[in-house]
Amino acid sequence: MKAIVHVFLKPGVLDVQGKAVENALHGLGWAEVKDVRVGRVLEFDLGGDAEGAEARVKAMCDKLLANTVIESYRVEIAS
Amino acid sequence: MKAAVIVFPGSNCDRDCKVAIERSTGASVDMVWHGDSDLPQGLDLIVLPGGFSYGDYLRCGAMASLSPVMTAVKAAALRGVATVGICNGFQVLCEAGMLPGALLRNAGLKYVCKTVDLEIVNGQTRFTAAYQGRRSAVMTVGNGEGNYFADEVTLDRLEGEGLVTFRYRDNPNGSARNIAGIVNESGNVLGLMPHPDRSFEEELGSADGALLFQSALASA
Repeated sequence: MKAIVHVFLKPGVLDVQGKAVENALHGLGWAEVKDVRVGRVLEFDLGGDAEGAEARVKAMCDKLLANTVIESYRVEIAS
Repeated sequence: MKAAVIVFPGSNCDRDCKVAIERSTGASVDMVWHGDSDLPQGLDLIVLPGGFSYGDYLRCGAMASLSPVMTAVKAAALRGVATVGICNGFQVLCEAGMLPGALLRNAGLKYVCKTVDLEIVNGQTRFTAAYQGRRSAVMTVGNGEGNYFADEVTLDRLEGEGLVTFRYRDNPNGSARNIAGIVNESGNVLGLMPHPDRSFEEELGSADGALLFQSALASA
């Protein structure tokens, strides 16, 4: 199975990269763009038991893949 | 007096720290590779230096915080050994959970390299005693992710308990409440973005960093 982890700065934490990208998009004429957030996506193959997969990946997020002081994450497990 | 500087792959201020500590305090300084699981015996001071440990991969300091040596650093800090994280070292201490909060990308998105005026907010810590009541210090910063962040409750607690040690007089990176350096509740772990290791002799523009190392070792 495949694990996909999306990590973003939490709402309320200023995303200066997102802000810069948003300004650039406005400069290109897309005035309708709002609240750009720049995050990161991690993908990996995961062996083992499918049942506990999500819990294991969440533990990985808490331990390393995200810093929960500033970031939130979302886990997808695909077969 | 004995100090150790931890060397991570990508540290680039490790030698600066060694020279700064030796010249400002006369202490002997061991360089400790991050892959070691033990620290030298009888340490009075541990320094996590600036740089780009692990190329800043994933998040600044994240990989370094899980290095084998960090288990020993945490244990030593719990025993009360003075521990200082400078710049990338501050990021490592936050990622390791040894200090609250995190360091975000600078508000201006730019790497900032300049001399900064600092307010010594708490002159009673074991890292500021040698400033002898002075309220100001001059050091330099060099960081792209030095924008200190913590939730409001944590910031209130840091201020209320006197854990904010240094503040920028002119905030270069957007740090919450102008925070440049904090200590932990036990007072023996300091993290700061400015570099005392680049400000320890007048020839460098300021000798104020020397007092930080002198404070840390005087209390040993």
